[in-house]
Amino acid sequence: MKRHVVSTRIWHWLNLLCVVVLFMSGLTISNAHRLLYWGDWGFDRSQAWLEVPRFPDWMTIPGYYSLAVARDWHILMAWPFALGLLFMWIAMPLNRHFKRDLTTTRKEWHPKAIWRDIVEHAKLNFDHGEGKYNFLQKLAYGLVLGVFLPMMVFTGTAISPGMEPTFGWLVDLLGGRQSARSLHFIFAFAILGFFIVHVALVLLSGPIGQMRAMITGGSTHEA
Amino acid sequence: MKRRGFLAAAGAAFVAGCNKVAESDAGARLLSAAEKWHMGAHRLLTNREALAPEYPRNAVSPFFRGNGSVDPQNGDYPRHVEEGFANWQLTVGGLVRNPLALTLDNIRRLPQRSQVTRHDCVEGWSAIGEWTGPQLSLLLDEAQLRPEAQFIVFRCADNLNGQDYYESVDLIDAYHPQTIVAHSLNGEPLPVRNGAPLRMRIERQLGYKHAKYLTGIEAVASLDDIAGGQGGYWEDRAGYQWYAGI
Repeated sequence: MKRHVVSTRIWHWLNLLCVVVLFMSGLTISNAHRLLYWGDWGFDRSQAWLEVPRFPDWMTIPGYYSLAVARDWHILMAWPFALGLLFMWIAMPLNRHFKRDLTTTRKEWHPKAIWRDIVEHAKLNFDHGEGKYNFLQKLAYGLVLGVFLPMMVFTGTAISPGMEPTFGWLVDLLGGRQSARSLHFIFAFAILGFFIVHVALVLLSGPIGQMRAMITGGSTHEA
Repeated sequence: MKRRGFLAAAGAAFVAGCNKVAESDAGARLLSAAEKWHMGAHRLLTNREALAPEYPRNAVSPFFRGNGSVDPQNGDYPRHVEEGFANWQLTVGGLVRNPLALTLDNIRRLPQRSQVTRHDCVEGWSAIGEWTGPQLSLLLDEAQLRPEAQFIVFRCADNLNGQDYYESVDLIDAYHPQTIVAHSLNGEPLPVRNGAPLRMRIERQLGYKHAKYLTGIEAVASLDDIAGGQGGYWEDRAGYQWYAGI
């Protein structure tokens, strides 16, 4: 079993910090206007497709309602988050992390194989299959690195009015500013969903070894 | 319930840590520096003349929401409403060679720009409207800015929570082709809730920059000595970012 390279480990923890601060400050920003719309515009209930609940203070940054302070945190942490992700996108093909550990094979997409993988997971047997990760794990990590996290950067950029004169095509591609805002929200909660499953599986599959692997790189001759 | 309690405690501890960082000098500097990094990146990536998107006339929202002051009751404003703004005056002053005092008629007779644009509030909502008025650059050229002028301050008639509303932009946004002094919304004189009789349009920034109930345009060298020194009502009052293009 190949160890996690040091860049992957540093990125993993930096990204965790960024995502937690961005998510919690994002909840405060959500509290400022709890309606989500599709298209270019929307400002009241009659145009909204969803009214989200008000998030309580204990789960928001700064812990009380201040849109200005929440935006300060959000726009600060957007930098290490986006640049860190860009770094991983450059590093993964170079250090072969993507090809070696995350690329799925055609064989793995066979419905029977997928079903077997689900059954093994249900039996809490996570260490089946050939590579470092089995199919569902590859799929989850691939989705997070390839879709969920980048979509946060793209939709976040699209909401920014100062970026739009240059990146108007991105706003159009996402279906308008309010659609981009809705997608920003949806992908944020997709990342929360991943986070919950990820932590649960780490706890079920031997948290000490897993934590060691992501901090020190782990042992090279793991069983 | 126990798990929820644990989560809440962990959340509270993390938030307390964040607040400690924000309250420290270095933390506060870092947080305000991030605003400047975004502004720098936007200015680097976006041409100073690049336009905010404009929509066809049929894209306008059926109603244009008002926010902040929607019906000022302070000073002479109610009297101006009664008079149909016949005696409204807009001054252009500060660091200029040729100070101006303009009536609404003067403003309507200047070359006009109409633009159907989207208004984005910092809270998150958006509305589309058609705005008409002269470009701010016309007024500034007529008033002849002195070389020391670095910022343009917008003075407003509305007093919100005991403080006069004001806003400011740098010269790049002041001279942007879509920066207009609007007197009309969707072909009609501005409604009171949207800033009658004059308001700014700063199309590449969020709504709080678009000062309503405009009475004065002032060229200054620095924002430090104006009101709370942060360059705008919400900037002073609640710590909103002066650069609202984010």
